[in-house]
Amino acid sequence: MKHERPPKVIVTKIGFDGHDRGSRVIAACLRDAGMEVIYTPPWQEIPTVVKLAMEEDADVIGISSLATDHLIVPRLMDALRAAGLADIQVIVGGIVPAKDEKVLLAAGVAQVFHPGAALDDIVTAVRALATARHAKQGAAA
Amino acid sequence: MNKPVPQIAAADLPQAQARWEQEFAAGAGRPEPLRNRSGVEIKPLYTPRDWSGAAYADSLGFPGEYPYTRGIYPTMYRGRSWSQRQLIGLGVPEDYNARVKEILALGGSALSLIPCNSVFRGYDADEVPAELLGTCGTVINHVGDMERALDGVPIGDLSTAMNDPSPFTLLAFELAVAKKRGVPWTRITGTSNQSDCISHFVANHMFFRIALQGARRIVVDHIAFANEQVPGWNPLSIVGQHMQQAGATPAEAMAFTLCSAIQYAEDCIAAGMDPDRFLPRFTFFFDISVSLFEEVAKFRAGRRVWAKLCRERFGAKDPRSWRFKFHGQTSGVDLTRQQPLNNIARVTTQAMAGIFGGLQSLHTDGYDEVFSTPTTEAARIAVATQNILREEAHLTDVIDPLGGSYYVETLTDQMQQKIEAIIDLIDAAGGMYRAVEQGLVQKMIGDSALAFQKRVDAGAETVVGVNKYTVEEDPADYPALDYPDRARMDAYLTRLKAFKAERSAAAVDKALAALAAAAQSKRDNVFAQVVAAAEASATHGEICATLRRELGFGQPLTIV
Repeated sequence: MKHERPPKVIVTKIGFDGHDRGSRVIAACLRDAGMEVIYTPPWQEIPTVVKLAMEEDADVIGISSLATDHLIVPRLMDALRAAGLADIQVIVGGIVPAKDEKVLLAAGVAQVFHPGAALDDIVTAVRALATARHAKQGAAA
Repeated sequence: MNKPVPQIAAADLPQAQARWEQEFAAGAGRPEPLRNRSGVEIKPLYTPRDWSGAAYADSLGFPGEYPYTRGIYPTMYRGRSWSQRQLIGLGVPEDYNARVKEILALGGSALSLIPCNSVFRGYDADEVPAELLGTCGTVINHVGDMERALDGVPIGDLSTAMNDPSPFTLLAFELAVAKKRGVPWTRITGTSNQSDCISHFVANHMFFRIALQGARRIVVDHIAFANEQVPGWNPLSIVGQHMQQAGATPAEAMAFTLCSAIQYAEDCIAAGMDPDRFLPRFTFFFDISVSLFEEVAKFRAGRRVWAKLCRERFGAKDPRSWRFKFHGQTSGVDLTRQQPLNNIARVTTQAMAGIFGGLQSLHTDGYDEVFSTPTTEAARIAVATQNILREEAHLTDVIDPLGGSYYVETLTDQMQQKIEAIIDLIDAAGGMYRAVEQGLVQKMIGDSALAFQKRVDAGAETVVGVNKYTVEEDPADYPALDYPDRARMDAYLTRLKAFKAERSAAAVDKALAALAAAAQSKRDNVFAQVVAAAEASATHGEICATLRRELGFGQPLTIV
């Protein structure tokens, strides 16, 4: 049986807002599910997140947004592409109006989680995204 | 045939209760003990054996009397309703001004002002991504903005509660506007909400990147300045809401808030201030969850603990110093995106808990806050909810109507024990600043948040429409509030540039140098220089940058 490396996930917040209940709960839950979690405090700058993702070879970046900070996620997607990291999957969780969700998905965000999402569903989705990335890397190697 | 109604003689009460306990156990089996969110075990029935009323005089007393369990004023809502203080603020200063004028035309007598999140974080609008500006509050960066925001508003005649986090530039801008208009500062009334720097470090991290000990200095100077110069102003609102929203249980949130209040009071005393001068201007701000009886007990117990602290620990002698004045906001965390109209029922229940808990001021959430900043219709329903509870349901007819309930009195005592045990724990850790610097408080809150989420996921805690009674629906259909018009924000940015170009650069430099010097000195009042800088047309971002440079850069103290 081939050795599966665990998904590596950055859980972070960009923009102004500092409400971190969601990001902390998600980080703890992904960690308990056996993933390698890199948790940052809120207030991260987009270049910092991109640099961290590159250095850590993260599979997934989870952005928590409760106060409209999701509006700059398209900037993060641009920055990841510019750094050659388009294969890193980005998910967003929090208060995201439906019209904005469409914009985020069009910008390349893999999935948006809303209030009431079950922790199990988030774990499953993150695992699937990481596994798909690993498979692609395996095929390319 | 009907069973005869048993008549119980007083002396037979213990046997009668034992009989009922047997019948209950036979009927209900032996279910797992229920616990409320704070971990207090909840029994199926409370009787005089739990709370006999013997301690009425000491532990309850009368409204407006120590220890204030039944309310802080003799008349409570029979004298005056709580203030309906809905939070407002979006877009540019002119947008805010238009909304304020609408509210005043409808008979409003108290204002609130929520600044843009960029303001909380200490930035001017020209330093940040433009798409975020004004999406969560009004962009106010200098005295000119405040003039436009308050254009035509009689600031000497109504109370202005501003979300005015450290370094309190919004109050500084308002005072500068008052001076320009010839309104004496003694007529300015209101509250610096969000002024509790500890809660920002612990829970929601909406602060201007200053070090915790720097923030500590500024808050004490702010209190001293307001007490002297703006006597009608409440310079400090100590916030439990952030911590409960972040996951603290109701007992933890109350206890941590009181621990922060202890630190502020002791700092003020150490700075030579008289407790009977500053304590009457301390106010509190709490979250109200849907756990109705627990919240009522939380507030009644909190009132009692605070009165005792003020009297015994701080040595305050004036009864006005002992009163626990608080604003309540219904909990957004309890609201669901699924079947969102159900949130109206939740907000109603939360509001009832706050009213039965004896609050002085109430914000009811819009049912659609899980989608966006509330729409106009949702905001209207939120206000109507308060009016219905007060004037149709007659919740205000009797003071402390749950007082004397065997359950509520027992629970109030038990919540008090929980609260006091946590205060002892934080005292033993060296006080709230030390406990926060060590991450102790953040750890307790994070653990409680995760434990609660796991209970929800396991179905142990019902959330209607989420883990039970679910229906097929498309929540994407719900409307969200539109973001501010980008053209208006661009015009704002152009004007900010012009403001900076037209003011006297020498005057700004001089004011910022004086601010830096005050920060460096141990005795000068920093906030007095914030006000002077505001009057000299320094911007919010410039004032924040100066203070950060002098008092140290700080980041959220957060852990998983």
